Amino acid sequence: METSQRDEQFYRSMVRMRAVETELLALSSAGQLRGSLHLAQGQEALPAGAGAALRKDDYVTATYRGHGYVLAKGGPLLPIIAEILGKAAGLGGGKGGKMHLFDLEYGILGTNGIVGAAVGTAAGAAWAAQLQKTDRVALTVCGDGALNQGHVSECMNMAVLYQLPLIILCENNLYSEMTPLSRSHGDVNLAGRAAGFGLNTAQVDGNDPEAVYQVMSEAVNRARTGGGPTFIEAATYRTIGHYQADSGIGYRTAEEVEAWRAKSPLDRWAAKLGKRAPAIAAEEQAAVRAVFEEALALPGPDPLAAGTQVFA
Amino acid sequence: MSQMSVVEATNAALRQELARDPKVFVYGEDVAHYGGMFRVTDGLLRDFGADRVIDTPISESGFLGMGLGAAMAGMRPVAELMFIDFSLVAMDQLLNNIAKTHYMSGGSVPVPLTIITQGGGYRGAAAQHSQMLEALLLHLPGLKVVLPSNAADAKGLLAAAIRDDNPVVFINHKQLFGAKSEVPDGEHVVPLGQARTMREGTDVTLFTYSYLVGMGMQAAEEAATQGVSVEVVDLRTLNPLDWETIAASVTKTHRVVIAHEAHLRCGVGVDLSHQIQSRLFDELDAPIQVVAALDAPIPFAKELEDVVLPSPARLLEACLGAVHG
Repeated sequence: METSQRDEQFYRSMVRMRAVETELLALSSAGQLRGSLHLAQGQEALPAGAGAALRKDDYVTATYRGHGYVLAKGGPLLPIIAEILGKAAGLGGGKGGKMHLFDLEYGILGTNGIVGAAVGTAAGAAWAAQLQKTDRVALTVCGDGALNQGHVSECMNMAVLYQLPLIILCENNLYSEMTPLSRSHGDVNLAGRAAGFGLNTAQVDGNDPEAVYQVMSEAVNRARTGGGPTFIEAATYRTIGHYQADSGIGYRTAEEVEAWRAKSPLDRWAAKLGKRAPAIAAEEQAAVRAVFEEALALPGPDPLAAGTQVFA
Repeated sequence: MSQMSVVEATNAALRQELARDPKVFVYGEDVAHYGGMFRVTDGLLRDFGADRVIDTPISESGFLGMGLGAAMAGMRPVAELMFIDFSLVAMDQLLNNIAKTHYMSGGSVPVPLTIITQGGGYRGAAAQHSQMLEALLLHLPGLKVVLPSNAADAKGLLAAAIRDDNPVVFINHKQLFGAKSEVPDGEHVVPLGQARTMREGTDVTLFTYSYLVGMGMQAAEEAATQGVSVEVVDLRTLNPLDWETIAASVTKTHRVVIAHEAHLRCGVGVDLSHQIQSRLFDELDAPIQVVAALDAPIPFAKELEDVVLPSPARLLEACLGAVHG
């Protein structure tokens, strides 16, 4: 793909994700959305860049902040939004919600309410791909906080041991929920931690979709060709609160938040696309709006479905 | 028919399923090169190769999570947890992820993962290597739980577990591993969810499973000499439960004892007792008795373990008590 085409693709992807979050935040603020809403404003470059480096049949797992990766994997928007709104036509029939999005057709093996838990799922999918002698790869996305769960360390060791086609993309947004790295990590060199397990490592500006795409493509290519797992530490920042009831201020200074807002990947790519940007943004926002309108009008699940599907 | 130990029968089931389905692979701690702590996987690496039989590090949470991912991605993994006690370091994967994925995905993602393990006491293995933890696994919806009491069932139930499209935890008992009994030759599958009446009786039904089935048979033998006819039902599968067999037996004997090796509080006995009294209250002629471990950790010394864990004498006493009041 031509670089300029890719720039447009990145911008569309980021604008789409921001538009989805804007709709969700409005619904949540109006009391029309159940549950916690964990947004990722400021971090849109990561799904945009990472998603572009994957094939439809590759696997993805992520945390509850990982809806952007589900969107970027390319599946239709309506079942995703319908699930987030708790509708019968959602990916999980309203049983999972935003924290538990699954779509086998697009390789989405779950966003997860437990920050490190989905690393194992992705490592296992990578294991299956290897045992099946396919060249599929698995991407798992977690935050800096997830690295402090023992499960993740166990999986990093096994990813190296079995040379799994796995990419661990760590969104280092400097805070484990509300606690900074300095009060949660004995050593803040996250890539160094992964290197200690023997993973290939890379560090990248997580607010630059092109850089993310390049480093992801390298890792994906390595994984597809038997070169083993890669850990990518991406520097980024959540410019909104941890969830809808968190202002994001208090544990962070307004100056720090503002400084990162100035590094917004959306603004950077809008500037890059110049006068084409507003029309592209308007188009994506309108498309998202239309999907929300359609999804909001859908029926909720039949209450009788509550006890079904516990078992296959 | 062949005489086989439970270990040999479990191994035979793994061989049967590895040979039958290329999606099946067996993995866990010491399973491949060593052949398994209890020899359950003996010879599998040699006969099926390194892609089918795989050693893992001591990382129960990690490797169960990977079993989930592999199952979602089209494999039919069989993970061995060396001791069921070790499941406690992997509960997030077991109960938050493996058990819930099918439901949370709206039925779109099956998880054909089998976890084979062993539990149980009576061997001086103390508080962290003697437990029966089936109640923990049953409390959250989404796992099938199977506990064979003999070699034939070990082979047949494990085959059914591996073929099932749901996560199944298959729990052997370490006291039964060496116990030999007749096992059908060739393909043998025992459907999940079917209890087995081990001994017909008319005065009281003893519902039990795993190692306590043998103890229950002993107690029934002794009770017969005292004029009490005990029906012994091996539940075999705790989820799904064979309600039909349970109800038929209660309707026949009108008295119930439930016995298990696990602790009393919030256990299978009190759960089943509730189900029986709420559905079949009018059939009952006596309060339901539950025989279980005392609510203390499993102690090391024999004098102490003998007090904590159920014994044939306690089973007998409960059966006689149910009849004589």
